[in-house]
Amino acid sequence: MTIRCEIVSQDRTVFTGDVDIVVLPGAAGEMGILPKHSPVLTALKFGIIKVRKDGKEEVFTVAGGVAEVQPDIVTVLADAAENVKEIDIARADAARVRAEEALAKGLPADNDAYLAMEAALRKSNLRLEAVRRYGKTPRSPYSEQ
Amino acid sequence: MASAREMRLRIKSVKNISQVTRALETVSASKVRKAINAVMATRSYATKAWQVLRHVAGQPGRSSLHPLLVQRDIVNNSLVLVVTGDRGLAGAYNSNVVRFTSQRFDSNTVPVKYIAVGRKGRDLLIRRGKKVIADFSNLPAAPSFSDVSAIGRLAVDEFKAGKVDEVYLVFTSFVNMGRQVTTVKKLLPLELEGEGLVKDFNHASNGPAAAYEYEPDMRVILDEIIPRFTALQVYQAVLESQASEHAARMIAMRNATDNAKELVGALQLAYNKVRQQGITNDILDIVGGAEALAAK
Repeated sequence: MTIRCEIVSQDRTVFTGDVDIVVLPGAAGEMGILPKHSPVLTALKFGIIKVRKDGKEEVFTVAGGVAEVQPDIVTVLADAAENVKEIDIARADAARVRAEEALAKGLPADNDAYLAMEAALRKSNLRLEAVRRYGKTPRSPYSEQ
Repeated sequence: MASAREMRLRIKSVKNISQVTRALETVSASKVRKAINAVMATRSYATKAWQVLRHVAGQPGRSSLHPLLVQRDIVNNSLVLVVTGDRGLAGAYNSNVVRFTSQRFDSNTVPVKYIAVGRKGRDLLIRRGKKVIADFSNLPAAPSFSDVSAIGRLAVDEFKAGKVDEVYLVFTSFVNMGRQVTTVKKLLPLELEGEGLVKDFNHASNGPAAAYEYEPDMRVILDEIIPRFTALQVYQAVLESQASEHAARMIAMRNATDNAKELVGALQLAYNKVRQQGITNDILDIVGGAEALAAK
């Protein structure tokens, strides 16, 4: 019994496949979705999506978005999402430094620009954190079984 | 018959035109490639978002869920977003969109207001005496979501304020280089295409009671996604239309270049004949003159 999982970000399809469990960073906390889950529509926080199939786990970062759960499919519409394996540490770090510098220079007059910068910083921190935790050797409650 | 000199000028001007059209073709070819990439990149997200919206709208008691889902009993005003290009020379691209719009909405019994996206569409609509309430021209090539989100927001605002009771979107969807289809999509209130969806939903969740659970709560999440996904449909439509426009222009320019080549060929042949005739005449004159001198 598997559940279909589709993760799409605004610019591409990040993941599709039939999996055993999907763990989402829901607005009200982490939620694990198993097949035949009742329909849910949830906002997503910045965080990690874990997808497990036959004991093998894939980890994705997600920078907010929405997830729709149907009994046979989970659709994740992420504002941005990435497989942890694909994250380029050097680039993520450079982006973090850039964002921090920009923020340190003071508040831009434009509120939108400020929010965009803050989001960029949160995103790059999230990516670095994800790589640190899951990058080389995946450690998680699920991978031990 | 025109003189050799006139024909030479004509050939030259046609050749110049063909150079211009060929250059435009090349430019469009590279633009269309970029535009196709942009369309393909966002298509899956937009399709999924649309699906989710339709699932939401397919729930029992949809009208009470969110103001943007309410199907109004009496439609007093319609709003149509028409997506065209800013420039011409793209074959029938722009006029197709406007003609399609006319055919679809001119027979409407209720007043129709228009929002034009693209200068050509605006001009054509105004010339036909339509009521254009807003105009979004000069969108950048490969626009980002924030460049076009204002269009969707305007449509949502008009609907919310009750100034219009339904909103349609007319755009050109990109199928492939040779085929672009003018399409109309109902944006608001969300339309269920057939009853199949409602059945699917209930079938999948065993009975009508199993509608969505919402986190954090229904209001917050629907307020967030319905306007945004609606704007996203507009964004996708703009990208599709841009790809279609460049493809249409490329084909139009290729045809123009081919025609110019053909014309140059025909003119060159005629010119050569005239020139040859002139030379023959000259020789005859000389020979005639020489014989007249020899006869003396």
